Amino acid sequence: MSYVSLSFTVLFVALSIALSLWLRLGVERDIVVAAVRAAVQLIVIGYILKWVFASQRLIFILLMVALIIAVAAWNARGRAKGIPGAFWRIALGLVVTEVLTQAVLVGFGVIPFQARYVITTSGMIVGNSMVAAGLLMNRLRREVESGRSEIVAVLALGGSPRQAMYPRLVQAIRAGMIPTIDSTKTTGLVQLPGMMTGQIIAGQDPVQAVRYQLMILFCILAGSAVTSIVIGFLTYPTLFNRYQQLREDVLT
Amino acid sequence: MASHAVELKNVGFETGGLWLLRGVSAEVDVGKTVAIIGPSGAGKSTLISLINLLRTPTEGEIVVMGREVREWPVRELRQRVGMVFQSPVIFPGTVRENVLLGLELHHRPPRDVGDLLRMVDLPPDLADHPAEDLSGGQKSRVALARTLAMEPDILLLDEVTAALDVHAKREVESTLLRLKQTLHQTMLWVTHDLDQARRVADEVWFVAGGRLVERGSPDELFTEPRSEALKSFLAEGGDPRS
Repeated sequence: MSYVSLSFTVLFVALSIALSLWLRLGVERDIVVAAVRAAVQLIVIGYILKWVFASQRLIFILLMVALIIAVAAWNARGRAKGIPGAFWRIALGLVVTEVLTQAVLVGFGVIPFQARYVITTSGMIVGNSMVAAGLLMNRLRREVESGRSEIVAVLALGGSPRQAMYPRLVQAIRAGMIPTIDSTKTTGLVQLPGMMTGQIIAGQDPVQAVRYQLMILFCILAGSAVTSIVIGFLTYPTLFNRYQQLREDVLT
Repeated sequence: MASHAVELKNVGFETGGLWLLRGVSAEVDVGKTVAIIGPSGAGKSTLISLINLLRTPTEGEIVVMGREVREWPVRELRQRVGMVFQSPVIFPGTVRENVLLGLELHHRPPRDVGDLLRMVDLPPDLADHPAEDLSGGQKSRVALARTLAMEPDILLLDEVTAALDVHAKREVESTLLRLKQTLHQTMLWVTHDLDQARRVADEVWFVAGGRLVERGSPDELFTEPRSEALKSFLAEGGDPRS
C-alpha cells in the first residue's frame, strides 16, 4: 500500500471529527491527537524495525524489548496512583513474563531467535500484559479501599499482612486475568485476531496463520497470569509498614 | 507478670501534621476495667489502637505486660491484646468460621465453638448459620467471641455497644461484665455512654483535645469533676450522640 492510498483512509478520521462536531461530542481534539500520534508512532517504529531487522544485532533486539517494557510499565503505572514503587514492580512483572514466554518460544524452537519474531511477539505479549497489570493495580486499590475494615480486623487478630490481603489479592489478580480469558474464549468467533489477519493479508495460508495466532494467544494467556501474580505479590507488601499496619499515607 | 497490664508514658500520636494525642501518661492494673470517655474526636479510639500497635506512637512509650509495644513480635502482641471494633466486622461464611478465624490465622487448634458462643450469650446452635444473616447485637457478640477465642490478656473495646439498640446494648454489656468477673480480663473500654462507664469501670479516664484531662474512680469523677472541660462535658450529658 502506498502513502497515497493510505492518505484516502484519512477520510475516516475526518468523518469521526465531523460526527463529533455535529453531535457536539467534544472529542474532536482527542481524535486529532490520537490520529496524529498513531501515524507518527507507527511510521517511526516502522523505520526503526526495518533498520533493526536488517542489522540483526542482539543488542538492538534487547533494546527494543526494553523500550517496549518501559513504555508499557510507564503506561500501566497510571492506574496505580498512590501505590509506591509501582513502576519498578510492574516493569519487573513484565520482564518475568517476557523472559518466561520467550524462553519457551525460542527454547523449544517455536520461533527462530530473530528480530522479526522476537520483537513482534514481545510487543503483543507485553501489550496484553500491560492491560492486565493496569487492571490489577486499579482493582487492588479499590479492594483495599472497600475492604479496609476487614483488613484491619485480620491485622487486629494478629494476622499477617499476607493473610489480611489474600482474599483481596485474589480478586485483584482475577480482575487482571479475566478479560484475557474472556477474549480468548470468543476469539475467531467475534473477531479475527490481528496477527492472523495480518498474515492472511500478506498471503499466508490461513491454517498456518491460525497456528501462529494460537501460539500468541497461549502466550498472552500465560502472560496475563504471570504478570498479574508477580505484580500482585510484589505490590501488596508496600501497603503495610514494618509494624504490620495498613499504611494510611498510600492509596489516598 | 508486671503489675501493670498497660503503662502509657508521655504518649503522643501525630498524623498529617495534626497531634491527635499528646502527653498521655497513665497505667492500667491487671484485671481492671478502665472506661475512656470524652467528646467525639478527642482521641479515645486512637489511644486504644496504639496499645495493640494498630497505630504507632509518635512519641513516648507504651509498655504492655512489661515490654514496649514496638519490641513485641507484632503478631504475638495482637494475640494477647485483643480488640473489638464499633461496627463488628463479619467475614463471609458461617458463625463458626468467623469465631475460629483468629485461631486459624495462627494455626492454633480450634476450640469448642459452642462454648465460645455460650460465653457471649449466644445459642450454640447458631454455629452453622451464615454470620451475615445475624442481627446487629448478635454480630457484635460473634466479633467478641472471635476475639475471646484467642484468650487475650487485655481487651480493647472501641464503642462496642454504640451501634446497638438499648436491649442489645445491655446484653453485650452484661456479657462483658460477666467475663470480667470470671476471666479477670484487663479491659480498656471506650464508650460515650456515661451510665455505662459508671456501671462497668473500676477507673474512668476523661480524654479531651488529645489529652488525658482527668482520671479517677467513677464516683469521684462523676460527682466531683475538677476540670472545667469535664464539668461542661458532664453538664451536657456526655457526648451528644449518646
